[in-house]
Amino acid sequence: MERMHYELDTRGTAEACKPVLVGVTASGNCEILVEGGGAAERCSISVSTSARGFAPIWEAVFKDFGERHVAGGLKIEINDVGATPAVVSLRLDQALEAWEEHND
Amino acid sequence: MTEHPMPRSFHEASARDRLRGVLDAGSFHEFIPPEARASSPHLAMLDQPVALDDGLVIGAGTLNASPVLVASQEGLFLGGAIGEVHGAKLVGLVQRAVVDRPKAVLILFDSGGVRLHEANAGLIAVSEILRAVLGARADGIRFIGLIGGSGGCFGGTGLIARCCDVLVMSEEGRLAMSGPEVIETVHGVEEFDSRDRALVWRVTGGKNRYLLGEADRLVDDDIAAFRAAAIELLDGPAGLTLEAVEAEHVRLQARWTRFQSCDDALDIWTQLGVPNPAAVAMMPAAEFVAMAETCRSAQS
Repeated sequence: MERMHYELDTRGTAEACKPVLVGVTASGNCEILVEGGGAAERCSISVSTSARGFAPIWEAVFKDFGERHVAGGLKIEINDVGATPAVVSLRLDQALEAWEEHND
Repeated sequence: MTEHPMPRSFHEASARDRLRGVLDAGSFHEFIPPEARASSPHLAMLDQPVALDDGLVIGAGTLNASPVLVASQEGLFLGGAIGEVHGAKLVGLVQRAVVDRPKAVLILFDSGGVRLHEANAGLIAVSEILRAVLGARADGIRFIGLIGGSGGCFGGTGLIARCCDVLVMSEEGRLAMSGPEVIETVHGVEEFDSRDRALVWRVTGGKNRYLLGEADRLVDDDIAAFRAAAIELLDGPAGLTLEAVEAEHVRLQARWTRFQSCDDALDIWTQLGVPNPAAVAMMPAAEFVAMAETCRSAQS
């Protein structure tokens, strides 16, 4: 397994409120936990993945995510079992949508 | 919500979505949520990815305005298998039921049994769950099991399911002790071909379980249908007596004697007097249940 940690520059601030979980730790899939209360204009992401050696691709997916979303103050945790970059991107979008729905 | 929502597949939904759909809207309150990070220490030692809820969602909610405690297994995470934390969460929920006295405990099964990565802890967990469920039943708590997930309900989880007061199944849901691949591995492909999907579903699927009297309701693969059946079954006798267990043993012995020469569920259905056994697989739930009225085995 490989563990990675990223700190993204992004926009906005999220209050600490109800965390949300989307996805499942399952083959070709990943679970994503989103919590608030982190540093403003920053988004921290921790990944545990069964697929080793894909750090540059994770980085590219997160860079794109940080540009597309207002994710400042969010702490994101990912447990992955070989989800493709497209699946990770969609799960991140779903996670943010769920976060906004729960914390309006 | 629209007034006539499309059927939502129970089979394809996640453990969390099933719970949200079965319980009254917005009533679910989770115990030990993912952010508590009660995940498996064994998987961490094996350097394998964990699930933050260890594949089991537990909590409280209401069903048709009655308070219930609920547990829902996630079949996609390691086949929904029971590890130490997963098991401890379920034991804790069952023990809480004895104190909280909910109208019922709902368990949404989706699990192949014991998690092999932590086999000893998992086996102990299953025995603790069985003990807790039987203890709570003896104390008057009613258990309703729902089986319709992608992982089926096998091994130790199958035992737990059969310790419930009542079971709701879809045809897609499967229930047995040894799973098809286990039987094939141990006894050979002549005994059971686990790749013959029609055979697997005929033997372990909800329709056979309903005809044998093991499942109390057979519903279509629709979350709303599972909810409606669970509401129907909320009221009912609770409690467990030695006489009831002994009567069940007699019933099982008689069943073994009656069907032991059958090679396939089709033979059992023929013996039960099902008019056209070959047509059973394609019948929608309502048509099947109406047909089964005349030939179904006595209730457990």
